[in-house]
Amino acid sequence: MAENVALTGNDSAAYALRQINPDVVAAYPITPQTELMHKFAAYVADGEVDTELVRVESEHSAMSATVAASLSGARACTATSANGLALMWEILYIASSTRCPIVMPVVNRALSAPINIHCDHSDTMGARDSGWIQLYSENCQEAYDNAVQAVRIAEHPDVRLPVMVCLDGFILSHTLEGLEVNDDQDVKDFIGTLDRPDSLLNVDDPETFGMFTLQNYYFEFKKQQVDAMEKVPAVIEQVGQEYGELTGRSYGLLDPYRCEDADIILVGLGSTTGTAKQAADDLREEEGLKCGVLKLRTFRPFPAEQVCRVLSGADITGVLDRAVSFGLGGPLFHELRSARYGETAPMIDFIYGLGGRDLSLDNVKDIFRSLAEARDSGQTEPTTRFVGVRE
Amino acid sequence: MSELLKKDEMKPGGIGQGGSMERRYTGSWRTFVPITDFETCIQCLACWIVCPDSAIPVEDGERRETNMHHCKGCGICAVECPVDAITMVREGEEDDE
Amino acid sequence: MATTSLKKLSDMPELLTGGHAACPGCGGPIIIRQVLLAAQQDGRKVVASISTGCMEVSTTIYPDSAWRVPIFHSAFENSAATISGAEAAYRSLKRQGKYEGEIAFIAFGGDGGTYDIGFQSLSGALERGHNFTYVCYDNEAYMNTGIQRSGATPKGAWTTTAPDGTVEPGKREIKKDLTAIVAAHGVPYCAQASPHRPRDLMRKVQKAVATEGPCFLNILSPCPRGWRHDPDVTIQLCKLAADTCVWPLYEIENGKLSINYKPKEKKPVREWLKSQQRFRHLFAPKNEHLIEEIQAELDAKWGQLLAREAFDNEQEQESE
Ligand code: SF4
Ligand code: SF4
Repeated sequence: MAENVALTGNDSAAYALRQINPDVVAAYPITPQTELMHKFAAYVADGEVDTELVRVESEHSAMSATVAASLSGARACTATSANGLALMWEILYIASSTRCPIVMPVVNRALSAPINIHCDHSDTMGARDSGWIQLYSENCQEAYDNAVQAVRIAEHPDVRLPVMVCLDGFILSHTLEGLEVNDDQDVKDFIGTLDRPDSLLNVDDPETFGMFTLQNYYFEFKKQQVDAMEKVPAVIEQVGQEYGELTGRSYGLLDPYRCEDADIILVGLGSTTGTAKQAADDLREEEGLKCGVLKLRTFRPFPAEQVCRVLSGADITGVLDRAVSFGLGGPLFHELRSARYGETAPMIDFIYGLGGRDLSLDNVKDIFRSLAEARDSGQTEPTTRFVGVRE
Repeated sequence: MSELLKKDEMKPGGIGQGGSMERRYTGSWRTFVPITDFETCIQCLACWIVCPDSAIPVEDGERRETNMHHCKGCGICAVECPVDAITMVREGEEDDE
Repeated sequence: MATTSLKKLSDMPELLTGGHAACPGCGGPIIIRQVLLAAQQDGRKVVASISTGCMEVSTTIYPDSAWRVPIFHSAFENSAATISGAEAAYRSLKRQGKYEGEIAFIAFGGDGGTYDIGFQSLSGALERGHNFTYVCYDNEAYMNTGIQRSGATPKGAWTTTAPDGTVEPGKREIKKDLTAIVAAHGVPYCAQASPHRPRDLMRKVQKAVATEGPCFLNILSPCPRGWRHDPDVTIQLCKLAADTCVWPLYEIENGKLSINYKPKEKKPVREWLKSQQRFRHLFAPKNEHLIEEIQAELDAKWGQLLAREAFDNEQEQESE
């Protein structure tokens, strides 16, 4: 039976990991991910999972051990944040290119320097070309639901790619929320068993993994990854629908909120979209502004077509970017604008919240208002704006 | 070299079949060829265990003719043979021996 | 029962095929062959990892692989972390009844991937106590990338990043004593070996794979290209390394050190230095003093080993 519980984001991800019951978890502590692993270690200590927990000496080794475990036919998971993800960098690419269906909660946090333990998306945004699928969570419920679904998505025979389940550091990871969790057996049945065609432990038919590959073959392997990514959207939608049948909570690539008739749409990722939805409601009511919010659940693969369809009716689009690509602007904005090539409706980028800087309801309302103003005046410059920076 | 595999003929993830390198020919690397005198050879297998190229086949506990498909002519076997049963001869001049 | 008889071993499958692209006379494949031959005994099968380096690039060139055991090359610095993951998967699957069979996990790495960039990963895996054997083939420099200096490069050696010149004599620093550092982790078994004594090497491999817990083998691996020697003397150089005590053969089992080879007459290090062009410049008058220093350092190390062995023997006798 499904159950209502109060959990933090870290606890909800740990709860999902317990139900997933991975064969191997290799992890290293980093704030704000730490409590996720404390919780999971307690499950291991109490024999509630069959997992071999490898307490590695670094995130680089965490990802290395997770990849090897996955290639050995084990269901393997890890979790990290920020600098930890950065230290994994090299092996992130190896995980995806050796086609390891690893599930990794990433508790989003700013990258150093200066060192800062609070939320932004610079960690996972930097990893957007690493060949991982990226799902972003708006709240603890989604963090939990995404982790469970991620197993099915990653292990789908058409996919076989790793998944990052992103949740905002502190804002979600350390905030208690009431959520509904599934029955253990339901999760077990939903995710099924892992069936890896090739295994490092197959001593009877020895194969070599991670081979040296020259100009004559490397490109084909990359195209295989491209092909696999192309199959992901359909799989995410299929899994999200089945999950809905099981739990009443279905998921897709996007989550448009009041966008059908909206003139002004704000696009974003993660917990901020919750605030944005509230702002849209308020402004519709108080100021008659027809606002909508488009939350991207999937950032990789980038759901370009689907996004364009939702945005096609809007007069103007704002993008909330919690990361910056120095010398360019917000990554979400630039990908979105590129996806909308040929569209004439204006777009403005709002870079916000770096290093955990709060974005209040009023801030988001101001963003909506400035979009309305830009639409009315036709004056969209500057197209990249930094919210709340003292200058 | 055989025809290159196409994208969908390749197992995803860069996986290769164990032992498949055996088909590669490295005999062309040789400048010198090891010639074994089986009359002198005492079958101690000292050459076999130090050949970097797995080029000295052993059957029923006895070494056989060097595998010229793989032998790179490094000469280690000739140096290590305790009874000098192996001589290194310039490639192409084997018959003069 | 495990054997080191060459006749008996020659009946075992050859687990590293020819056709690989290692240079003629390379020590690496000799070591790998001997390790794999020895490890597969008593019904055990090998699962391996290997760090980026000469042996990896020369034995796996897609789609061809020389390995007849499953092997995974992940990256340069993580051979030990990689084997940790495979071993953890094995333990987990076995405990859950999802896997059967006896596996010897072996991580391979060159000196760069072991002494230097992979050191943390190695240390972590040793400390965690995974059941595996780490084999370092030590050719004393980054040979794969073009003979750059590593922590394993001996004092005085020429390398491309610490060449000898008008003011520099090659590498100024002494070689890191990795075997001693590994021993300090308190591992149940670690040893130095050399392919010129295959039976000693293979006995050590068998001991390592049969020992529960992390074991380490440091194996000297001549490199004709990097050491500047003729390919046919590879094994002779290993012998000379043992005879000059440049590469002592010893093992430490549960804390007790035994030297496995003591030269009847210890040869002067000059003979070792003369045998390879990488040391040629040391014989220039301005560098001659370095030879004396190197000799003195070696003598001190060898003396320490002898003293430690004697001490361990005494301790054992006392406790009996
Ligand atoms: S010459 Fe070298 S490669 Fe050829 S058989 Fe002898 S040892 Fe092996
Ligand atoms: S080393 Fe010499 S004697 Fe021994 S098996 Fe080889 S050829 Fe024969």
